[in-house]
Amino acid sequence: MSGIPSYQITPCGDHALTVQFGESISPEVHRHVINLYKHLSQLSGEGIRDIIPAYTTVTVVYDLAFFLKKYAGQPVSEKLSRFIQEAIAEMQDAEIQTKRLVKVPVCYDASLAPDLFSLAEEKNITTEELIRLHTETIYKVYMLGFLPGFAYMGSVDAKIAAARKTDPRTKVPAGSVGIAGTQTGIYPFESPGGWQLIGQTPLPVFDAGKNSPCLFSPGDTVQFFPITLTEFKKMQNA
Amino acid sequence: MSLLIQKAGILDTIQDDGRYGFQQLGINPGGTMDRIAMRVVNMLVGNDAKEAVLEMHYPSSAIVFEEDSLVAVSGADFSVTINGRELPLNQPAFVQKNSVLQTGKRNKGARLYLAIAGGVQSAEWLGSNSTDSLVGSGGFEGRALQKGDRIFLQKKIKHSFPETALQLLPWQANTRDLYRNAVIRFTVGRDWHELSDHSKIHFTSEQQCISASSNRMGYRLEGPVLERTDQDEKISSAVTRGAIQLLPSGQLIILMADHQTTGGYPVMGHIISADFPSLAQFSPGENFLLQPVTMAEAEYTFARQQLDLQQLQNACNFRLQQYR
Repeated sequence: MSGIPSYQITPCGDHALTVQFGESISPEVHRHVINLYKHLSQLSGEGIRDIIPAYTTVTVVYDLAFFLKKYAGQPVSEKLSRFIQEAIAEMQDAEIQTKRLVKVPVCYDASLAPDLFSLAEEKNITTEELIRLHTETIYKVYMLGFLPGFAYMGSVDAKIAAARKTDPRTKVPAGSVGIAGTQTGIYPFESPGGWQLIGQTPLPVFDAGKNSPCLFSPGDTVQFFPITLTEFKKMQNA
Repeated sequence: MSLLIQKAGILDTIQDDGRYGFQQLGINPGGTMDRIAMRVVNMLVGNDAKEAVLEMHYPSSAIVFEEDSLVAVSGADFSVTINGRELPLNQPAFVQKNSVLQTGKRNKGARLYLAIAGGVQSAEWLGSNSTDSLVGSGGFEGRALQKGDRIFLQKKIKHSFPETALQLLPWQANTRDLYRNAVIRFTVGRDWHELSDHSKIHFTSEQQCISASSNRMGYRLEGPVLERTDQDEKISSAVTRGAIQLLPSGQLIILMADHQTTGGYPVMGHIISADFPSLAQFSPGENFLLQPVTMAEAEYTFARQQLDLQQLQNACNFRLQQYR
């Protein structure tokens, strides 16, 4: 990587700091985000509670009581800000070696895709074309949020980018695959939601019983592939 | 060796210091809303400071102690009684087998904490015993306590128990100075500069009222309508406990223990850690003022509070010695 990327560190209250690498969503900015996230995760010692990557930011949540003791009267926010600056200076381009590709089966059958037709119509394309465009792209997991295990992935082809529904559904089934803006994502649980629903995966996206309960992690790459309704039912019952 | 829920409260759960290390996966930290009260109830009965406790809302559960126990309550004042006799806040007490804890009138505060010497048994999920009701994991079967639930104790504590239903131990922890009543302090957030000059003044000079649609996820406030000079949509990023976000309606929301891990609303400030427990004890309909402080003041105030709690801890340890 050529040199240190430009960034800004701002306090997020008295127990967290946020590093921001840019003002817009891009793979380049997110590469810095993931590099710092991975580097800090390796460094992270006692007192660091959470390291949370997002589109343009990495937020570090810390145990204020622990660091007040450790730094004995010195300003904790400033000390940790310096610690992060040093971490940025020495972080490596880790993304390439560690990138994981998760392949996700999606059934685009009309019975599981309530918005597929209307979206295709609105975009003036066939549903086949919409499915092709959705499965062709290799997406990046920019961040997880909203619900445990909910991955914000991007970016979808401009031809299928779509505004959220003006009237959100009160119940979206678990596994529903949706589009909102240039993002695509999967609902891990049944929940209210406003994304345009174009299919459903039989894979559990979240399983509390597992040591790593979420199918996706920040920085993963994801590709969808179409399956039939019969395959969907078979996989769902497996 | 157990507690029996004789009558369910509206939202009583097992909570501890929170579930950290998983926010990058969208899993929120949860945990007790009032960490001062959690610490105080635990120290009063000789538990570890971060042992899981019962967090109870009003009206609360009626609980039968099916074993002689050393217990304490802290936080909100819900007029707790044991077999009809008053159990004061912040005072340890021996309760006899088959005694019943009940709450009466709500005098002050929103959340009552109960600890039993030795701690209660509960499910650990991702390193914490806090109840995550959304996922349905941790605490007691991942949910709020219901009538008929039996919570087992971790171990039997050997004490010389009295012959009466309730024997108060002769000391009380004074927590009055650890809480604030009318003014909650905050540090300014990264989007503070986007508020209009008028709105900055309103933000810090007008009363905020806690709306009825407030819960463990967030407190919605009813106050002056605030305006941004910039109408840009924000790119979502991580949000933290205590963040004060501006909603498109011009009203504020403060993120509480069960907050979502990311958000896209502008962040105008953050409640300081020292005042978060005070805020957690406010109920819908109550008013308060938001007062800006520097980061240095936020850190200093929290450090002082930690020292006060350590002193209380030492005093409790000393007092409890004679009963072991």
